[in-house]
Amino acid sequence: MSVKRDLKTKLLTINMGPQHPATHGVLRLVLELDGETVVNCKPYVGYLHRGTEKLGENRTYPMALPLTDRLDYVSSMANNIGFCVAVERLLGIEVPERAKYIRTIMAELTRIANHIVWIATHALDIGAMTVFLYSMRDREWILELYEMACGARLTVTYPRIGGVRADVDQEFLDHCYKFTEEFPKRVEQYETLIDQNRIWLQRTKGIGVLTAEEAINLGLTGPTLRGSGVPYDVRKFAPYDAYDKVEFEVPVGKVGDVYDRYRCRMEEFRQSNSIIRQCLEKMPSGYVLAADAPGYDMAAGPRKKPAQPSAPKAEGAADTPQPPANQPAEQGPAFEEIYVATEVPKGELGFYFVSDGTGKPYRMRIRAPSFVHASALPKMCEGSLVADVIANIGTIDIVLGECDR
Amino acid sequence: MGPLEIADLIKSKFSSDVKDVVEFQGQVSVLIKRDNVREIMRFLRQTPELYFDYLVDLCGVDYLGKKEVRFEVVYHLMSIKYNHMIRIKAEVPEDDCSIDSVVDIWATANWHERECFDMYGIVFKGHPDLRRILMPEDWEGFPLRKDYPLKSDLGAKEWKKFKEVIEIGKKNLAYEVR
Amino acid sequence: MNEIFGTLGLQNTSFIFQLLIVLVKIAVVIAVTMLHVAYATYFERKVIGHMQVRLGPMRVGPHGLLQPIADGVKLFFKEDIIPTAADKTIFQIAPLVAVFATLSSLAVIPFFETFYIANINVGILYLFAMSSLGAYSIIMSGWSSNSKYSFLGGLRSSAQVVSYEIAMAFSLVSIMLMAGSLNLVEIVQAQQQYWYGMYLFPQIVAYVVFMIAAFAETNRTPFDLPEAESELVAGYFVEYSGMRFALFFLGEYIGMIVMSSLAVVCFWGGWTIPPILTQLFPFLSNIPGIFWFIIKVYFHIFLFYWVRATLPRYRYDKLMALGWKILIPVALGNLVVTSIIKYIF
Repeated sequence: MSVKRDLKTKLLTINMGPQHPATHGVLRLVLELDGETVVNCKPYVGYLHRGTEKLGENRTYPMALPLTDRLDYVSSMANNIGFCVAVERLLGIEVPERAKYIRTIMAELTRIANHIVWIATHALDIGAMTVFLYSMRDREWILELYEMACGARLTVTYPRIGGVRADVDQEFLDHCYKFTEEFPKRVEQYETLIDQNRIWLQRTKGIGVLTAEEAINLGLTGPTLRGSGVPYDVRKFAPYDAYDKVEFEVPVGKVGDVYDRYRCRMEEFRQSNSIIRQCLEKMPSGYVLAADAPGYDMAAGPRKKPAQPSAPKAEGAADTPQPPANQPAEQGPAFEEIYVATEVPKGELGFYFVSDGTGKPYRMRIRAPSFVHASALPKMCEGSLVADVIANIGTIDIVLGECDR
Repeated sequence: MGPLEIADLIKSKFSSDVKDVVEFQGQVSVLIKRDNVREIMRFLRQTPELYFDYLVDLCGVDYLGKKEVRFEVVYHLMSIKYNHMIRIKAEVPEDDCSIDSVVDIWATANWHERECFDMYGIVFKGHPDLRRILMPEDWEGFPLRKDYPLKSDLGAKEWKKFKEVIEIGKKNLAYEVR
Repeated sequence: MNEIFGTLGLQNTSFIFQLLIVLVKIAVVIAVTMLHVAYATYFERKVIGHMQVRLGPMRVGPHGLLQPIADGVKLFFKEDIIPTAADKTIFQIAPLVAVFATLSSLAVIPFFETFYIANINVGILYLFAMSSLGAYSIIMSGWSSNSKYSFLGGLRSSAQVVSYEIAMAFSLVSIMLMAGSLNLVEIVQAQQQYWYGMYLFPQIVAYVVFMIAAFAETNRTPFDLPEAESELVAGYFVEYSGMRFALFFLGEYIGMIVMSSLAVVCFWGGWTIPPILTQLFPFLSNIPGIFWFIIKVYFHIFLFYWVRATLPRYRYDKLMALGWKILIPVALGNLVVTSIIKYIF
């Protein structure tokens, strides 16, 4: 049979997003389709760009803290902690033990809350609607715990540079304990809904496969990387807060497909739960904020050396700069640099600060996991079907607030 | 391998390129000239005992008026196999604002370099698709440069109380409007 | 009341009078169906709501009972937007075709022994024709909207409906063989020869195939690819609004009712109950047949909701593979076995 040579089909260019129910915010993908097969996939980001890095350069460290809430608004607490850990390391502030434990509890609660939103939306994208409501019910519980601790539910700004804002009371601890007792059953519930479902398996197994090398090369982190079998977890590689005092496992996948990443996150539910449990049992009493922690009145001018903590704080206002005695002897600013990564639910959130010795960061760089993950989309999507694009967007777990900063 | 040992290794291998090695809080920065950046990176990636397989981050920094060379491109490298880290900083002068791309070594550099170009105007030679990424395509200027105005000149449309507010802000010294 | 109509309808009086009777019947059927559709949406939301640990509509009226009416009013008064680049005529006709196709299917459904609008002897064939016609509305709306999303939805739907039509037809051919007729009333009566009074048990394979194909035909959840919310936003009717959107909705729900009715008529013995039950409990024969019919239809509609709350969505290629590689061979095999058994006995 002979076919006319000049018979060609045109590729269909389809614009998915920025307003689209399954792109998790304002991600825009320009897909070129050959029938249902994706030939070319180009992500466009930046629709939610608010210049957080620039804003950070013009605020003092404590004032830049609320900006981090607005990065990944699903897990704002973890972002706050990431920022605080980085600034503490830069300023050389030692955090009280109790604050470390509270932060660890909060970070793990956030991880659970984030993964709940993830499983809800991911399953909804694939068409399993019921999981969404079951998991959102449990997220409410965590938000109530947040509220109990700090009064806010979404953009919390509860951690502070040098500790946390307020101590948690016994009621919080009791509720938290009750949560850890109940939550594993809820995870089982989600699993009964989808884990053995044949359609779910068909939609997730063998989709968006990334080998370990590819995943590392693409810079993926968090469960997205661990699904490919790389046990990289900042909590294990460079422990911060109380992570070196609790025991937990880092679940890894084998194949690196959507299903493995799903299994990883489901396992992290249990690990996080056990971390919270251990923290509640081991939590010491004491202060929750370091004595030398900078407050909101931190001066924008040259910083004091941490060794001399006893200068009156309110005085540095008006037009007189800090007394010269407090300044390090300097000709031209000596730049201090620090890069500190924390394991937020989505992956590795890194803060890179360049400090010129003042109360404001000279450069605040945010290494956002979502940004890196979104860049992996073409690699995962090209050659698959339209429906798999949706599964892939879900599995890399991005929030565009963090991606666009 | 400790970060200082790695820095020494780089120094011995590329003695003419390394300008400075600084340690702060256990983290080591190696300041290099930009010309050989790709060779250095390839060395770091491919040497078996270093094996920096993971480019954690790539960003630019603008030292306008604070250092001799205005821009620096900062590479944070990590080896997941050995769990060691190093920071490489490459100097990029303002008049020839370009550096070699490392996309062929780490695929993750692709978007980071685009962002760096978007924010600082540093051109990455050999990048497959160097476009603006976070800012709109027709945006003028590079927002993260230190001389980029924080506020545009509105002229007559200026909000009258603005000066007052700035004064108050300056008094508090926490909020500096440039 | 209905029985009077039925008996009157059978009398061979003047043409005008017969036409009048038919018109009244049509009015009754459409009115009852529309009410059912309205409350089918309500029950869908309630059933799925309770399956998903929430309450469903609660605000309009007690337990949200007036919600479908409020929805109807809202949809009716909404602005009808027609995209500038759309092919206006086809765009406007498409939803009408959707409703027309499904509503006309109702004509041959025997609701009970003596109540049907038309008792034609190719009833099943007619139903197939009508359900295929429904695919046209999807293709027309998908193409005329001049939107890529609705275009993709239309493409998916045409492929899907064509493939599943075959499996569905083969599953019903076995029923035709069993009953020896294409007439739906006769199919129901033929089922009374068994003590269990339905083809469900001898034709369980055909029933399963039929139900899966029915889900695909009506574009319901595991097979709702043409309107896949997360991928194609709303698929073929993404550009529609107001009343035209409501018409598609109407078409989908009437389609569900028709498919449920067909399942009841062909596999569950229609308005009859198993003879063994009437023998054991004679008082059951006093209950009018419409009651049993409606109970069975409700069960099937509930099945549609249940599946929607349970299953994720199929992927396009898997859907095609399921249709062509599993359902059609199974239905064909069942057909062969049925015909052999019919031949021997």
